[in-house]
Amino acid sequence: MHNCVPENALLVQHRQTPLWGKEQSIYGKLILEDGTTFDGLSCGYTGPTAGEVVFSTGMVGYPESLTDSSYTGQILAMTYPIIGNYGVPASSYWEDDHIHIAGLIVSNYIDLPSHAQSTMSLGTWLQQEKIPALEIKDTRLLARHIREHGTMLGKIVFDDDIPFYDPDGDNLVARVSVRQVLQEGDGDTTIVLLDCGAKRNIARSLLARNVRLITVPWDFDLFAPDVNFTFDSIVVSNGPGNPKMVGQTIRTIQKAIDQRIPILGICLGHQLLALAAGGDTYKLKYGHRSQNQPCILNGTKRCSITTQNHGFAVGKLPPDFTPWFVNANDGSNEGIQHIEYPFLSVQFHPEAMPGPMDTAWIFDYFLEKVRG
Amino acid sequence: MDKLRKVLVLGAGALKIGQSGEFDYSGSQALKALREEGIATVLVNPNIATIQTSKLLADEVYFLPVTAFFVEKIIAKERPDGILLSFGGQTALNCGIELFQKGVLEHHNVRVLGTPISAILLTEDRQAFAEHLHSIDIPTPHSSSAETLEEALSIANRISFPVMIRAGFALGGQGSGIAKDAGELERIVNGALAFAPQVLIEQYLHHYKEVEYEVVRDCYDNCITVCNMENMDPLGIHTGESIVIAPSQTLTNSEYHMLRSASISIVKSLGIVGECNVQFALDPRTSAYYVIEVNARLSRSSALASKATGYPLAYVAAKLALGYGLTELTNRVTGVTQACFEPSLDYVVVKIPRWDLSKFKGVDETIGTGMKSVGEVMGIGRTFEEAYQKAIRMLDLDFEGATSDKVFSSADSTIDDILTKYLYIPTPRRMFALALAMCNGISVSEIAAITGIDPWFLERIQHIVDIEQALRISQDLSAVRLLEMKQLGISDKRIGELVGKTGLEIRALRKQLGITPSIFQIDTLAAEYPSETNYLYMTYNGQHHDAAPLGDEGIIVLGSGPYRIGSSVEFDWTSVSTVEALKKYGKRSIVINCNPETVSTDYDISDRLYFEELTFERIADICEFESPYGVIVSVGGQTPNNRARALHNYGVRILGTSAAHIDQAEDRSKFSRLLDSLDIRQPAWDTFIDLDGLTRFAERVGFPVLVRPSYVLSGNAMNVCYTREELEQYAQAAAAVSAEHPVTVSKFFQKVKEIELDAVAQHGQIKAFVISEHIENAGVHSGDATIVLPPQTLNAETMCKIEQAGRAIARALEITGPFNIQFLAKDNQVYVIEANLRASRTFPFISKVTGINFIETFVDALFARNEIAPVSFPPLTFTAVKAPQFSFSRLTGADPILRVEMASTGEVACFGDDLEEAYLKAIIATGGHVPAKGIFISLGGEDKKVRFLESARLLSSLGIPLYATEKTCAFLRAHDIAATMLYKIHEHKSPNILTYFSENKVDLAINIVDNHVKKELDDDYLVRRYAVDHNIPLFTKIKQARLFTRAIVTKDLATIHIKSWNEYV
Ligand SMILES: Nc1ncnc2c1ncn2[C@@H]1O[C@H](COP(=O)(O)OP(=O)(O)O)[C@@H](O)[C@H]1O
Ligand SMILES: Nc1ncnc2c1ncn2[C@@H]1O[C@H](COP(=O)(O)OP(=O)(O)O)[C@@H](O)[C@H]1O
Ligand SMILES: [Mg+2]
Ligand SMILES: [Mg+2]
Repeated sequence: MHNCVPENALLVQHRQTPLWGKEQSIYGKLILEDGTTFDGLSCGYTGPTAGEVVFSTGMVGYPESLTDSSYTGQILAMTYPIIGNYGVPASSYWEDDHIHIAGLIVSNYIDLPSHAQSTMSLGTWLQQEKIPALEIKDTRLLARHIREHGTMLGKIVFDDDIPFYDPDGDNLVARVSVRQVLQEGDGDTTIVLLDCGAKRNIARSLLARNVRLITVPWDFDLFAPDVNFTFDSIVVSNGPGNPKMVGQTIRTIQKAIDQRIPILGICLGHQLLALAAGGDTYKLKYGHRSQNQPCILNGTKRCSITTQNHGFAVGKLPPDFTPWFVNANDGSNEGIQHIEYPFLSVQFHPEAMPGPMDTAWIFDYFLEKVRG
Repeated sequence: MDKLRKVLVLGAGALKIGQSGEFDYSGSQALKALREEGIATVLVNPNIATIQTSKLLADEVYFLPVTAFFVEKIIAKERPDGILLSFGGQTALNCGIELFQKGVLEHHNVRVLGTPISAILLTEDRQAFAEHLHSIDIPTPHSSSAETLEEALSIANRISFPVMIRAGFALGGQGSGIAKDAGELERIVNGALAFAPQVLIEQYLHHYKEVEYEVVRDCYDNCITVCNMENMDPLGIHTGESIVIAPSQTLTNSEYHMLRSASISIVKSLGIVGECNVQFALDPRTSAYYVIEVNARLSRSSALASKATGYPLAYVAAKLALGYGLTELTNRVTGVTQACFEPSLDYVVVKIPRWDLSKFKGVDETIGTGMKSVGEVMGIGRTFEEAYQKAIRMLDLDFEGATSDKVFSSADSTIDDILTKYLYIPTPRRMFALALAMCNGISVSEIAAITGIDPWFLERIQHIVDIEQALRISQDLSAVRLLEMKQLGISDKRIGELVGKTGLEIRALRKQLGITPSIFQIDTLAAEYPSETNYLYMTYNGQHHDAAPLGDEGIIVLGSGPYRIGSSVEFDWTSVSTVEALKKYGKRSIVINCNPETVSTDYDISDRLYFEELTFERIADICEFESPYGVIVSVGGQTPNNRARALHNYGVRILGTSAAHIDQAEDRSKFSRLLDSLDIRQPAWDTFIDLDGLTRFAERVGFPVLVRPSYVLSGNAMNVCYTREELEQYAQAAAAVSAEHPVTVSKFFQKVKEIELDAVAQHGQIKAFVISEHIENAGVHSGDATIVLPPQTLNAETMCKIEQAGRAIARALEITGPFNIQFLAKDNQVYVIEANLRASRTFPFISKVTGINFIETFVDALFARNEIAPVSFPPLTFTAVKAPQFSFSRLTGADPILRVEMASTGEVACFGDDLEEAYLKAIIATGGHVPAKGIFISLGGEDKKVRFLESARLLSSLGIPLYATEKTCAFLRAHDIAATMLYKIHEHKSPNILTYFSENKVDLAINIVDNHVKKELDDDYLVRRYAVDHNIPLFTKIKQARLFTRAIVTKDLATIHIKSWNEYV
């Protein structure tokens, strides 16, 4: 009885311009290739987009994820429901100079960020970069759907419809790789970063270990006579899409292998090393996109929590390579090592950003081998 | 490591502020983990209301104090080869440290499992620990430790005020505080040094964010953080007093992982094996951080983290302590993935503490670096708004949500007064001052600056305020709006309030528009892998269900909700026991509860767990989804009992005693009419709407009278009035008596026994019952009373009358289920004071003492095909005593006197050959001890002096000095008992009580006053308070004091029996 009193007399001077949360709101649709449709409230750019729909279960680091080129051609659904909380930091904190995802799906978009580092709201950023985003409430249903039926194509549409688009058919790496050779740092050893869409933190991590870093485009022929620099080792970066679409990089790696040049592959780089050395890759049902993937150091009881973002994986290992890491949840391969030479690669991201920094030692381990 | 044969587990003892039910959860999981390995388990825990003290979980249980003295004897007897110290809170940890330092563990070669004791010692010594952290480049606030006031002062001057003061080896922030100047420093430091060897003086970090990580490490050096949590309240308000959110909301990836990496390197540097909690201060401006503290054990936060993520922290910690690697354990929740991972949440949880300060006379309401809350709730949702407002309702304080403002009585007059008081000063009311301030045009940034609460949280609350305003103005109840409001966690009732409709009307409209909540799973992996979990919550931010209804075989068991004064772990025991018993009948149990400290909310207890509100709205939602066979409302304490009527009216089947009959017992006038018709006596009573009525009644039946207002927010302010003046004062002060708030008044019996009947009946026939006796006379709330089994002083006639009354009432109310009746006994007459048609607080006690599980009997009564046979038990060959645990030391200013209002936060029970033995053990188990230095005696009134004379003689035979106040001293000397006279504190003359207390010359204080001699009561308040503040055991009731005297004089601890539960029952 007591609290059926309509309202306490204390609540006097009400703010006179109360707004319903969703005043001039724009609604759009997320349509999957199997016809499944989610209605949602627009919280980004109002324009259609199509791509492959994937979900990530990471709870922090949306600015890092959105600027990760490995998401090129993909509509990213966040399973953590509340997104936008701390706004968008200055671009120096990003993993590339622009957003790479094709579209964003969240459950509860926060338009009033709070953080000392924030320069603008997530929505403003998405609009500036013309990236559509929808607030569909049931992102869990979407994640379950993809888990059960596998990654599928989808599109975000507003008024006019657009066709579906399959990114696997394209060479996405060509789109996101650097255009010209870039040189940074001056350390005792020179590393070439084969940029297939490298996250910036790979370069940051290497430079922090005082090396001379030369970043080259994905299709740069390191062994052409006119190459005017020498180098001690190669890091093959992460990147988007199907590894089999980047033949030129694979050939470069093959030459490096022939010349016994130390190689570290990361994510796509891992798959490319495997292919170059005679292994094979396949597409996972719905990939690994999260910051809590346990990877066991093969043959030990040591396990590391890793960040991952990949749809393809290494199946058949190349001859003379042994498994280095194995995924503790589904047993898929997470890294390989040559039995004799310093050719190694990991499926996860030792550079983190976003996610745990527990495997940064991979860089030290590699550099030890390089420096001998 | 070589195979373990037998492991000793130390429990946490009685629930007290700062150490509550969470350790029943951790201990229970540890015992399960051990049992799976075929390792024999021995549990020491005098807290008889816990689930862990059960024969299903431990092989041997000792209801004995968790002190080095007793545990050493138990070790000598049981000869375990391993011991677990980190599952029983600070109590177990401190006991373990003492055993280690005394060489007991080594002498009996008992291996400490899990985290090495050296690491524990390091984390407990704040100074040494700070140095350790610096050695691994982890920053801590400038600080150093002091053992005297002088030292403390000079350090403070060096660091410069304000400073933070903290006590070493303490828990829940006891003795800690923030000093702005030398004066405050002196007060706090003296207070802390009264029970702690050292204090830490530390740079005060103003309005930093407080963030915690729960870390797990195995002996192979694998290390994971299971959960991070962000306090909504800034640093300076204890995490146990703060609104806490998981996962953190305002941290960037870099901040999150900077702190995560720091946690991991700390835990690795310490060599923790098992679970560890790390607390940080994070500068919101610069992202610089400091480590606040590390708890190398399961803690309140780890229990919260476990419920927040679904990750069974305590179970895993126990396995790791046995030498397993994280990679060797599977994820119990998914059943398919690894235990070596970090849960990913696709929801947010909000924990809010539950305080009961209004129950204490004179208590200081402000909250800060020390704990005062007695329990907590956890709301789960997919928006912060949803989770936050759920949690507010879960408090069960009749708040509808974030904008509730009934905590601000009009007595506090203008808005400005209220805001200056409640927005600036942190108290349990501040969370409601936030919305109130917003409604009155104070901006989020202003509020943030005042409170130190991050604007992010305030904007979410502002959002709720705005949406409610919009509804108030537009009265728009379209589907879109309704859904939007439900997605923000606004209750039907609140929506109704805003549009002048009832909650039920809104509910009907909502359902007609097809707006109902979704059932979501907590699966630890955000749907990345399929999962078998039965751990569920409801949200309006969804469009599918993760679970299918159980239908007819489902039985809903309503849990207890937050722990609070008057309803605590005992009702978790009754709930869990019900779930256990249901298995026998092939029923599927569906538990609804919202308290993260409970075992009933563990992943492996029920067939289905809804971590949800115990509000009518939510229970009805669940019933409509599950369409269960029925609902059990009688095992979760008063909260579920209160829902019976509404649920019944809504068409839900209530199992057991009918809602109408429950109401007949709850409604005083209906009940007393029933008693008259059965001619069972009751104290004269009546209800009035004005002072006149009250006074006329009082003068007719004669003072004293017991008055209870019909409505008072949180805790019914009962009071005994001995004179007309007191009655008038009461009526004015509380402004309690009016037409809409009538007051019930009854004749208050003095110097009479209080007796309890606990029973289970089927179709009105009692099938099992127990009569137990209070040591204290009536006037001490049954929850604060010392209860003894079997009764010691009841004659056959009284017992028989009680039994007859019980049978008559059971028959009349056609009871099927548990019930409890309280009686007063006066010269062979018995009077009924109340009947509760539900399991009472004493059910675990009586069940474990008699060996009959009364809850099992109840479930049999519900489901057995035919009439069940009466259960009886042979006469007890021992005596069991249940004694209350008080937490006055944390409640600054509260008068530690026993009244008709309950004040205790927990209980213990101990067994003995006779009353004295059992009582002595029980008193030690609640923090008391046998005096060795000096005894202080102060007896009010001639009659009390005379009645205590014999005991005084006995005490003087102990050969330690007696101290007494002037009159008492004269009296003792007149009967040639030597005593030293001390002046009362307010007399400011020496020798003074205060100096003797603070100089540790006294280790037992007996202060007995007639509650009705107002002046004495007030004069002696300081004495009682100083006793509490100086950690001196205090007795305020003559019957207790006399019993304790007999106990310490006739019993010798050295030869006292160390017997396990199995040896008694
Ligand atoms: N240097 C400090 N400045 C401000 N507040 C502090 C400081 N240190 C601790 N606190 C506050 O005091 C509370 C209790 O301190 P803590 O060390 O955690 O004691 P306990 O062992 O009781 O948990 C913390 O939760 C925090 O809010
Ligand atoms: N008429 C009375 N005379 C003396 N003591 C009483 C009387 N009524 C209640 N009490 C005391 O007050 C306590 C609380 O009263 P009770 O009616 O049981 O309230 P609650 O519902 O809080 O248990 C009882 O345990 C008893 O000690
Ligand atoms: Mg703490
Ligand atoms: Mg009672």
